Amino acid sequence: MNVVNQYRDPVLIKKLADKIHHLVRFMDRPIRLMEVCGTHTHSIFHFGIRDLLPKNLELVSGPGCPVCVTPTNYVDQAILLAREPGVILTTFGDLMRVPGRLGSLLQTKAEGGRVEIVYSPVDSLQVAEENCSKLIVFLAVGFETTIPLSIITLKEAQRRGINNLKILNAHKLIPPALRVLTAENFKIDGFILPGHVSAIIGLNPYRFLAEEKGIPGVVTGFEPLDIIHSIYRIMLQLVEGRIEIENTYHRVVKDEGNIHALELIHRYFTPVNSEWRGLGEIADSGLKLQEPWENFDLLSNKNSSTVQSLKHGIQQILVDSSEEESCICGLILTGQRTPVDCPAFARSCLPESPLGACMVSSEGTCAAYYRYDRRKGIANV
Amino acid sequence: MLPIIDMIGERGLLMSEKILLAHGSGGLLTRKLIEEIILQAFANSVLNKLTDAAAVSLPPGKVAVTTDSFVITPPIFPGGNIGELAIYGTVNDLAMVGARPVYLTSGLILEEGLEINLFKEIIESMAIAAKIAGVEIITGDTKVVEKGKGDQIFINTTGVGIIPEGRELSASKIQIGDKVILSGTMGDHGIAILACRKGLSLKTDVRSDSTPLHRLVEVMLEVEPQIRVMRDPTRGGVGTVLNELAEEAGVEIKIEVEQVPLLAQVQGMCDLLGLDPFYIANEGKLVAIVPKESADKITIAMSKLPEGKDAAIIGEIVARSIYPQVYVETEIKTTRILEMPMGNQLPRIC
Repeated sequence: MNVVNQYRDPVLIKKLADKIHHLVRFMDRPIRLMEVCGTHTHSIFHFGIRDLLPKNLELVSGPGCPVCVTPTNYVDQAILLAREPGVILTTFGDLMRVPGRLGSLLQTKAEGGRVEIVYSPVDSLQVAEENCSKLIVFLAVGFETTIPLSIITLKEAQRRGINNLKILNAHKLIPPALRVLTAENFKIDGFILPGHVSAIIGLNPYRFLAEEKGIPGVVTGFEPLDIIHSIYRIMLQLVEGRIEIENTYHRVVKDEGNIHALELIHRYFTPVNSEWRGLGEIADSGLKLQEPWENFDLLSNKNSSTVQSLKHGIQQILVDSSEEESCICGLILTGQRTPVDCPAFARSCLPESPLGACMVSSEGTCAAYYRYDRRKGIANV
Repeated sequence: MLPIIDMIGERGLLMSEKILLAHGSGGLLTRKLIEEIILQAFANSVLNKLTDAAAVSLPPGKVAVTTDSFVITPPIFPGGNIGELAIYGTVNDLAMVGARPVYLTSGLILEEGLEINLFKEIIESMAIAAKIAGVEIITGDTKVVEKGKGDQIFINTTGVGIIPEGRELSASKIQIGDKVILSGTMGDHGIAILACRKGLSLKTDVRSDSTPLHRLVEVMLEVEPQIRVMRDPTRGGVGTVLNELAEEAGVEIKIEVEQVPLLAQVQGMCDLLGLDPFYIANEGKLVAIVPKESADKITIAMSKLPEGKDAAIIGEIVARSIYPQVYVETEIKTTRILEMPMGNQLPRIC
């Protein structure tokens, strides 16, 4: 039997969808649920899951696409690095298109910068060994799911005595971002919580949503049945007046998470403030390598001579682009505004030159609005 | 020049095991390369004359001309190589407009240092492919660029074909109710190439589908001369071709995912890397828009040939529209829009 197909069974999915329609009738207001994870957003689009839901149940896409929330400064740093003749960047593929002020890594590569797409950070080790005279910089982006992979890479680099590999660190943590999103004027009735991130961190970091904010959350997987099931479980909580964090992804996620991976993260990193595209700086939402691994961090003081020219370049860009950017990504993500309220939307912020996370991802709220509204515009003519 | 002459050796053969700049200089080594490898493989009465231009007569009908350049890493891959691809790719472009391929040209750009054995293997594949496709390579050119200025070998082929009287394929002929046929499993070529590229240590038995389609096209047009239009979904995949057809004809196309032939291994690799098989390249597949009455008959005829054995009706033209689009009915009976891709697909981490 095909394991995947039972999670794509239209009959089962229809049954659950019918139950959701039934439950929504008990609510006297429209319901907004947020899927936090970018892969959930992708699945929801790919499988057309919105088609199955009642009109007054809206799904909004959260900040959970790691490349989409990577700030412009970071992309600019990477581009400046790639322009250095002695540097080779290694990166996940989807970061290639994310724009900074200096363009994107795709453009930089076309201009002669050395950028290699890797499928795992561990592949950077081979690049480093094959290019001893170059500095290899892995663009360490991603949430709790990818952080352990970066750690394994550094551990292995140390074991093999590879000295020419560094990371440009922009790892981020999901729970602090959820805390910011739930701060005020918050209009989300429930969270579809990420499956992969939860496999690492477990359920505990989400408990504050239920206990402090009064918002239910359900951890789930990425097949259509998983997603529909999680929506059903959230609706059930809302109708029954319960507020809990549930796990419906038992085949991957343990309630306590992956203890070994968590231990590794705590041993190697310490939390620091971090900048999110469109959301600004979020306290303790980033990670910094600590001793004795600090020297793997390209921007640590230990590497100050290596990055002197880079720092100068970055300061120059910041001076050059001092004008205010008008993106209201944060308000859109939290459901307080829609994309058409944003002064930059469809003007300075376009799919090919996005300002905020919601436009970077083709499945982001603004990108989807852009396509839909443009259509409507044509239809009205 | 002495060292090179030394290398030529007594047998007057090709000396060095690698392509040298001198192989493209127009001198002795160029002639050797052409005579001993290229002519040997491509031999025919027109090419053998080695004149500056080939002079040929064409059978009656409208002349179709197409050109395509082939750059691919690695040059040899599971299920084919760049040489075979350069023949079939151009033959297929001719076939898509209903032309019967007759002649090809061959422009080779070699990078200094290319292994002669690899070059030979590629040229021999081109010769075999041309034979299978029933075309003659009637003229060509070979240049060598310095090491680092190419990627082993680039091939350009120009194809000439004849469109028989009364045959015309065009997106403008598309009618509401027409059916969409895909000639076989999609994405095999792109996934086979991806899997054997450096850095991706995934093992798969998927092979490139590199195949000539002219025979399949003839069979299809024999069953139904009123086939509206055909395209080969190479770069950009089936999704891109369908969007182009929707735009050109000003229609909405509906595709049923469950009818689309797809190897489980290709689906698996796509799921793993966050890619959509609708946008993965094919090198031996075609998409045809056909009148609904004859769709079944065409598909049955196609399935009798190896290159059409998995042919299936995958969708239909549902409406005329001022904003043309392609949408997909998913396996869970919902719909999603199949968009025109922005650029190359990139693997996702999120």
